[in-house]
Amino acid sequence: MTLLQMAGIDKSYPGVQALRGVGMELRAGEVLAVLGENGAGKSTLIKALAGAVNPDSGTIHISGTSLRTGSPHEARRAGVAVIYQEFNLAPALTAAENIFLGQEAGVWLQQADEREAAARLFRRLGVEVDPDALCRDLNIAQQQVVEIAKALAARARIIVMDEPSATLTLQEVERLFGVIRELKKQGLGIIYISHRLEEIFAIADRVMVLRDGEHVGTRDIGAVDRDSLIEMMVGRRLDQEFPARHVVPGNQRFVVRGLCRADKVCDVSFHIRRGEVLALTGLIGSGRTETARLIFGADQRDAGTIALDGKELRVDCPRDAIRAGIALLTEDRKGQGLVLSHSVQDNFALPNLSFWSRFGFINRRDERMALDRYVADLRIKAGNPEQAVRNLSGGNQQKVVLAKWLQRQCAVVIFDEPTRGIDVAAKLEIYLLINDLAAQGKAILMISSELPEVLGMADRILVMHRGRITGEVQDVARATQEQIMKLAVG
Amino acid sequence: MMPRWLRLFSNHGMVAVLVLLCAFYSAATLAEQNIGGAAGGEALAEKIIHERGSGVRVAIVAGSGADDGVFAQVLQDKLVEAGVQVVLAVKGPPRAARLALTKLDSTTAGPDVIAASYSASRWSLLAHLDKLLPKLAGIPVVRLPSYVWPNFLRTDNLLNIANQIAVIAIIAIGMTLVIVSGGIDLSVGSLIALSAVLATLLIRDAANAEEAAPGAMVLCCLAAILVCAGVGLFTGAIVTYFAVPPFIVTLGMMLVAGGLAEKLSANQSIYHLPESFVWLGRGADLAGIPNAVVLMGLLYVTAHVLMTRTTLGRYIYAVGGNAEAARLSGVRVERVRLFVYALCAALAGVGGVIMASQLKSGAPTYGQMYELYVIAAVVVGGTSLSGGEGRVMGTLIGALVIAVIRNGMNLTGVESSWQKIVLGSIIVAAVLVDRLKARN
Repeated sequence: MTLLQMAGIDKSYPGVQALRGVGMELRAGEVLAVLGENGAGKSTLIKALAGAVNPDSGTIHISGTSLRTGSPHEARRAGVAVIYQEFNLAPALTAAENIFLGQEAGVWLQQADEREAAARLFRRLGVEVDPDALCRDLNIAQQQVVEIAKALAARARIIVMDEPSATLTLQEVERLFGVIRELKKQGLGIIYISHRLEEIFAIADRVMVLRDGEHVGTRDIGAVDRDSLIEMMVGRRLDQEFPARHVVPGNQRFVVRGLCRADKVCDVSFHIRRGEVLALTGLIGSGRTETARLIFGADQRDAGTIALDGKELRVDCPRDAIRAGIALLTEDRKGQGLVLSHSVQDNFALPNLSFWSRFGFINRRDERMALDRYVADLRIKAGNPEQAVRNLSGGNQQKVVLAKWLQRQCAVVIFDEPTRGIDVAAKLEIYLLINDLAAQGKAILMISSELPEVLGMADRILVMHRGRITGEVQDVARATQEQIMKLAVG
Repeated sequence: MMPRWLRLFSNHGMVAVLVLLCAFYSAATLAEQNIGGAAGGEALAEKIIHERGSGVRVAIVAGSGADDGVFAQVLQDKLVEAGVQVVLAVKGPPRAARLALTKLDSTTAGPDVIAASYSASRWSLLAHLDKLLPKLAGIPVVRLPSYVWPNFLRTDNLLNIANQIAVIAIIAIGMTLVIVSGGIDLSVGSLIALSAVLATLLIRDAANAEEAAPGAMVLCCLAAILVCAGVGLFTGAIVTYFAVPPFIVTLGMMLVAGGLAEKLSANQSIYHLPESFVWLGRGADLAGIPNAVVLMGLLYVTAHVLMTRTTLGRYIYAVGGNAEAARLSGVRVERVRLFVYALCAALAGVGGVIMASQLKSGAPTYGQMYELYVIAAVVVGGTSLSGGEGRVMGTLIGALVIAVIRNGMNLTGVESSWQKIVLGSIIVAAVLVDRLKARN
């Protein structure tokens, strides 16, 4: 049975045709994956469905009834629920209160009824969440379940999930898939947006690919493989996902000894050689990001020493680390890596102003020339340097962050999830840049949850579990994902 | 995407608003103007000598106002200087003039011409001279021609606006920096009072009151400004090192500084200041521009350069845009925050000194509600309250817009309750434009 039928959706913004005659069909009881590079039009399509964006033309039918476009209220009433990456939950309210927020009838709260109904919804989803727990005390996965329950309570028939697995651990993703299968069984239609191809093969029934605002095609999942999907997304065949590197690591360059902070990081020691890419992996919360922050001086360490080229460094704050030649490309690019509302130029220059200023006065011509070089070298696609980085794609944002550290000629570069939220083609470019840095003799620490990325890029792999390094993989060429997972779960 | 007119409006909107306001008030306050006082006397003397030569005999008639008095005196001096015979100079009400003129007409050497001030020339005595004093019939009455010009654009009114704005605009520089860095400072109004009280108190009690030397007065004022900077540093330290929201900290400091000013002055105005103390507030040494306005201009240029050309300025924007990203880029966020709060408080101290100088006294009631006018100027000038964006020169425009609106409403006789309503609406409208900009 066809649940949702979208046809001929057009949407243009000044200078950009975001969607061009896109159609979409969703059946009851199926999971439809929507795939596409950043800027392919996925979010615009979802927003058009949810009424957050009014398309220029096109029709939407839900169970055969026409839906007035551009009205979030109408869309919700017709049974569309969208679970965005940033949840819409009130942190100080309980799970049950959040689920029924906005649906309370009358003057008095029916707290007992709400609590029971919430518990029923959680049972229906096959999960255990305390309806009385405050949302801020729930972890990300539990909050996600609350969002799903909220959608069900609003009698949603179509649930859109935007990158639902981005911040979940592997087990949590498995549990999420359990919930999704449960929803399928109950006849709901699920639209699942993700960059992770493995997940799409694991959960989707059909997959729809968008490219440059156009519908490239929709296939049954059994009729496609990884390579053909990438080809559909990128429009050409990518010869290699992970480019080869021809660098023989030299002698020890960067040494970390006995790094400790509370129970997050316990006695972490390792070294990186000249021209080596060392991968640090493990489950979320295993202490990888915390380790990077300690090295960089972003948090205070309880114990531990850091040495570069045989010289011990004094690092008490990020400024010290930067001056000593360490760069950190944070996992949270938007929250910590960039000033989103500021220009490409300003973001690039922030740690580098001393290079082209005298007595505190900035020489803007030198600043501009330095940036122009990196725009060309890294192929940063920004209309002009005055443009706000907010308007760039994830890949170009990451390149701006990279440019600002390259200018400093750092000896040690720490990448925390370097390709999160970045599309396939831009990923390759980032990998090539990492290889370049290695060829220049820098020591590179790459933190990543993407096991194919870890296996494809690293010279050596460290695995963390509960704040400790629990394993090291020397022979990366023969390592498997299972082997690393075993180390990661302790 | 916003429509074109809205984009234009939001980019140069406030300049356009300012121009429109000036045009509106110019049209609304068009009035007949005349030249009086010393300038008028001089001009009329020249006119008489030019038209009738120096052999002419003149009678001067002027009203009883101070302006007319100066007019008559200067006119008489200038005429006598040129060898003209002044047979009569009378200042006073029409009755006095009539009496004097009646006496005059009985003598043989009557005047060839009666020179009248603007107000005297409109008396019926002079307008109907032929009928009321027949013996003087035929003697021409000369005066300077009047002209039509907006009251709003009169030099004295424009200087008045500039003087009113100086204190607010100077403090608004500091407030702009604080708001751009992502904070707010509610204590500036009370710091005005504290600084004014401290400066005047020091001059009175430690620098010989009326006999204070200029150097000593400068030191007293600098001390007051430094104390304010210290208060700002303390505020900044609490905001920075204990992560207390600046709204709360500065609200507290507003009460503390206000209370201190009251305590120090024992709730009394402080007088006994030397005459020269008003140099900053009332003097105008550079081409007739008030000294406070010159200081304001200098500070604005300096702040503009600071924010657009220096590393510190860039860091202030970065801290306001994303403090964590700035820290991880090696910016010493704490120092930047301390600096902006200290600077803002110091500029509030400067404002207090100017106000004390303008009023030649210090009182704990100075600067009340000023924090709101200052914040309004910054917001109307286009600085975003969420931090990271804003321009110093925008703030100057914002302060001008507010001053022009207030002044124009005064000139057109709008009552003060309406003035508040209008000002409040304008502030809300400015924030609304800011939001619309952000949404697009």
